[in-house]
Amino acid sequence: MSRANGRSPFFRTVNTLVWRDLLSEYRSREILGGGIVFALLTLVVFNFAIDLRLESAEEVAPGILWIGFAFAGMLAFGRSFAAERERGTLDGLLLAPIDRGAIYLARAITNAILMCIVELVSLPVFVALYNVRAAWGELLLTTALGTIGFTSAGTLVAAIAANTRAREIMLPVLLLPLTVPVLIASVKATAVALGAQSVEPLPWLQLLLAFDVIMVATSFLVFEYILDE
Amino acid sequence: MRGELVVEVRGLSIALGDQPVLRGVDLAVERGTRLALVGPNGAGKSTLLRALAGLIRPGAGEVLVAGCTLKSDPWHVRRSIGFVGHQAMLHPDLTARENLAVFARLYGLDRFEERVEQGLRQFGLVGRADSRASTFSRGMLQRLALARALLHDPALLLLDEAETGLDLRAHEWLLAAFGERGGPRTVVLASHDLAFVREGADDVVFLRSGRVVDRVRTADLGPDALRERYADALATPPAARPGRAVGLAD
Repeated sequence: MSRANGRSPFFRTVNTLVWRDLLSEYRSREILGGGIVFALLTLVVFNFAIDLRLESAEEVAPGILWIGFAFAGMLAFGRSFAAERERGTLDGLLLAPIDRGAIYLARAITNAILMCIVELVSLPVFVALYNVRAAWGELLLTTALGTIGFTSAGTLVAAIAANTRAREIMLPVLLLPLTVPVLIASVKATAVALGAQSVEPLPWLQLLLAFDVIMVATSFLVFEYILDE
Repeated sequence: MRGELVVEVRGLSIALGDQPVLRGVDLAVERGTRLALVGPNGAGKSTLLRALAGLIRPGAGEVLVAGCTLKSDPWHVRRSIGFVGHQAMLHPDLTARENLAVFARLYGLDRFEERVEQGLRQFGLVGRADSRASTFSRGMLQRLALARALLHDPALLLLDEAETGLDLRAHEWLLAAFGERGGPRTVVLASHDLAFVREGADDVVFLRSGRVVDRVRTADLGPDALRERYADALATPPAARPGRAVGLAD
């Protein structure tokens, strides 16, 4: 049996849990359907609500895009651990001889994949609706870095919020202040990808990268204590 | 003479919020013993089982499973335990086979497909192996939960009213899963069904208000005597039985 000290192999555990969650989501479309609709609605509503002139679109539109991504992401995060608790499947995971970090990593990867799907559907609609010209390479890089940071924090906070009674309120209240740096950096870097001249891209991309590394590492290390509480 | 202890609980106290649920529980269970926890609602049976499973951290006291605490060797403790609680712990959108395969992989079992098929056969689920768990009745979910709990062949089986919803055949499968009396598998179960307790358990521990108030051997009691002892233990305040042995029966 390929295990050290009775513990199940780490990456096998992560693979198994990601497979389980994606298969379950594919069949239920519980999170993805709502997330896509929410992100698209945000883009459409703001498109009517805000008058974007040609010269200001690339400065303002990224903020609208990330509002849509952030709220769609929060829908996904909110369901992830809450559903596990309601069904008792989280107890099943806690009983198993698996590293708690693997549970975090698997859930964060699943959330990131779901958020990426929402973003891949939303981005072409965004470019068309807001009439902006996108440097797709930079835009996708920025979106990927922003998604990793936002998802890593969101998954951790969702686990904390799932332990509370007012979890629907606690998630945004805890998550949005924590992810202010990643959201600001994502908006600024997205503006550069859309052709804004007034912003310097490198510092924002560096900030995103640093946030991602710190948040993933910290969340991975503290997750065991959050689950135990 | 005491045999090898699979469960040792010393001075276990647990409060949920500001409500004490377990108050200084001591308990010892030998290998191969089937022990039933009996008591009224709110007596602390489920909390004690969850504490044994490592799902609730003790406020005070210590829980040892197979000689280890969750702190000293969490992997050994978790690998030793199979737990069926009030919830099936199964994914509703996965099939029975997929659910078992997930757990087999999480436990790092070799030849996990074989173990999954064996689990399905053991609880008569082969015909519904590819149906989603969300389509299962309460009894079938319970059977699948039992198959899940036994997948890794645990030394200690913890059952919280696991017999609820099972039909007669499934009831027999459950008793068969206990293994031979005195064998390698130890069972601690909580139940309100005294007939099931009498059939399945060697020892009965009566809990009341978070305290162990009595421990008897089922073989020493007839069905009526067990019922009377149950009523008696529940009616008597715990303080009236301070000298009662609550560890192993003599």
